[in-house]
Amino acid sequence: MSDNTIHTLDIRDLHVSVEGEDGTAREILSGVTLTVRSGETHAIMGPNGSGKSTLAYAIAGHPKYTVTSGSITLDGEDVLAMGVDERARAGLFLAMQYPVEIPGVTVSNFLRTAKTAVDGEAPKLRTWVKEVNSAMAALRMDPAFAQRGVNEGFSGGEKKRHEILQLELLQPKIAVLDETDSGLDVDALKIVSEGVNRVRESSNLGVLLITHYTRILRYIKPDFVHVFIDGRIAEQGGPELADQLEDEGYDRFLTPTA
Amino acid sequence: MSLLTPSPTQSPDAHTHSGETMVPDASRAERTRSYAVADFPLPNGREEEWRFTPIDRLGSLLRDEPTGACLDWAESLPAGVTLTTMSVEEWQESGAPKPADRAAAVAAAHSGGVAVLTVPAEAEIEEPIRVSLRGNDGRVVHGHRLIEVGHHAKATIVLQHAGSAAYSEVLSIVAGDGADLTVVTLQEWDDDAIHLGQHDVVVGRDASVRHIAVTLGGSIVRLNTNATYAGPGGAFEALGVYFADAGQHLEHRLFVDHEAPHCTSNVEYKGALQGDGARTVWVGDVLIRASAEGTDTYELNRNLLLTDGARADSVPNLEIETGEIVGAGHAAATGRFDDEQLFYLMARGIPEAEARRLVVRGFFASVIRRIGVAEISDHLMKVIEEELRASDAALVAAAEGTA
Ligand SMILES: Nc1ncnc2c1ncn2[C@@H]1O[C@H](COP(=O)(O)OP(=O)(O)OP(=O)(O)O)[C@@H](O)[C@H]1O
Ligand SMILES: [Mg+2]
Repeated sequence: MSDNTIHTLDIRDLHVSVEGEDGTAREILSGVTLTVRSGETHAIMGPNGSGKSTLAYAIAGHPKYTVTSGSITLDGEDVLAMGVDERARAGLFLAMQYPVEIPGVTVSNFLRTAKTAVDGEAPKLRTWVKEVNSAMAALRMDPAFAQRGVNEGFSGGEKKRHEILQLELLQPKIAVLDETDSGLDVDALKIVSEGVNRVRESSNLGVLLITHYTRILRYIKPDFVHVFIDGRIAEQGGPELADQLEDEGYDRFLTPTA
Repeated sequence: MSLLTPSPTQSPDAHTHSGETMVPDASRAERTRSYAVADFPLPNGREEEWRFTPIDRLGSLLRDEPTGACLDWAESLPAGVTLTTMSVEEWQESGAPKPADRAAAVAAAHSGGVAVLTVPAEAEIEEPIRVSLRGNDGRVVHGHRLIEVGHHAKATIVLQHAGSAAYSEVLSIVAGDGADLTVVTLQEWDDDAIHLGQHDVVVGRDASVRHIAVTLGGSIVRLNTNATYAGPGGAFEALGVYFADAGQHLEHRLFVDHEAPHCTSNVEYKGALQGDGARTVWVGDVLIRASAEGTDTYELNRNLLLTDGARADSVPNLEIETGEIVGAGHAAATGRFDDEQLFYLMARGIPEAEARRLVVRGFFASVIRRIGVAEISDHLMKVIEEELRASDAALVAAAEGTA
């Protein structure tokens, strides 16, 4: 998919709510507008609970999150009308903050099934095995992981590598990386960042990088930085905004009454 | 709950069933064992061993009378393996374990004779010995069989049950010293069949016996598997896989009686349920008697509820009379289908039906891998696949209904 087509993920005035334990809906996102194109990297930074993961899940179509108004389109196609699997096949990818364990489903079986689903045909066995092995090697993942259950007993860092492994193999158009940096030590952070950069370069990937900290931005250079506060983008800028946040924190964005 | 004697080495926290109050047996060892049907009154459903079973659906299966009906047989016997018959009296004299409930007592009393499958001592039979049993007309059938495996013999025996019958059976499996035996019992009955079975496994000194129950078809299947050890050093493994659809009652009861020292037992049963009224019961009793020093035992049961309206009971019981053991543990859990797993797979482009199949296959994978009989593992995967495929539409509808 390393063609020159520019893909566009367009999020317009997105409002998202979740249903609380008591059955009442609570609005988490209150009008998010954002456009991510192929080759661009957007960092979303914001304090805990500001709705970053909610945005990621809403894009991926998690059933717990209800879009109450606004739109998401990919190259003009209505993403909200698509099922979760259709979104992935359309070229969206979500690297999850908390990847789910699926006991008994081997990584190798899972990867092959996902690749087949996304491509619409089974990958050629020999080249596929090579591809998987070299992608795992690049992420310094022990080949033995291929025979383990998906995320089963993986450490936090191993789960994140596994997410990026999928990113490399599935070659989406636009990827949302939800706190892929959290739980990684410096070495792992570098390895994972290099993985993301490889995909950015080889397939002109558009990236929406959600993070708490600026340290990952030293390895994955953002073109745009968005500050997320209370379910909204409070400010946008270039990479310099991240440095500013590192120095000043989010304080100036938080309302004095909060 | 009723059978647990708390001991310093065991915490009784893994119980998943909190049943209604019962008059408990003081010990699992105290249950009646007898050849006489009269020693087992007709159950009323409140008895510990019958409380989960829909006895109102058993028809005349517990009636103390012969029917003369039998199942159709087909067997493949490798060289050296013989199939003969013995009288019920001879069987009683052989010292095989006695019936432990009314169904088994009736079966033993009215079978008309015992079919005996013999693997001679020191024989190493490579290919599986297959016995296929088929019911044709739904009639009441009493089955009575003995599998005798000589000392240091090695064999795999596959019993296949299919068709339509109301079948009660007693199967005695006697493995000689140092024998290495795998017995697979496949229940793939038609939807209207009833099967009440008692399988007694006698593990010889230093013998290793695996009993594998695969229950997929039948209206009611209730299989009681009991293991005892004829001497020290024996190993018993019980594996089970079941898949209950709407209206099916699949019940597996195990009783491992550790009397000889330095024996091991390992029980692993996994089941999936889908559809209204799908019902499974798993009861795992393990008794470690005072003499059974050096025992190492573990039992596990897991159930996966694929839809609403299904119910799985899971009752592990450990009764320990000696502290001098290597290990004793149990785990039991019943869980719903995990929507987060589904989301994760679908977020990688995998369609919902396929994602569900992956999760269910993954759930069974550990136990199926351990079966180690390729034709059974492959067959099982295929059947589970078919079960899931056939019900995809229903599952998707149910999922949408609850979303
Ligand atoms: N499934 C849910 N049910 C109920 N509340 C939810 C759910 N998901 C998110 N929320 C609430 O929505 C708000 C935003 O959560 P979200 O996970 O999107 O924040 P975040 O910015 O990703 O935080 P963090 O930095 O901790 O990952 C929080 O108050 C959270 O409690
Ligand atoms: Mg988050």
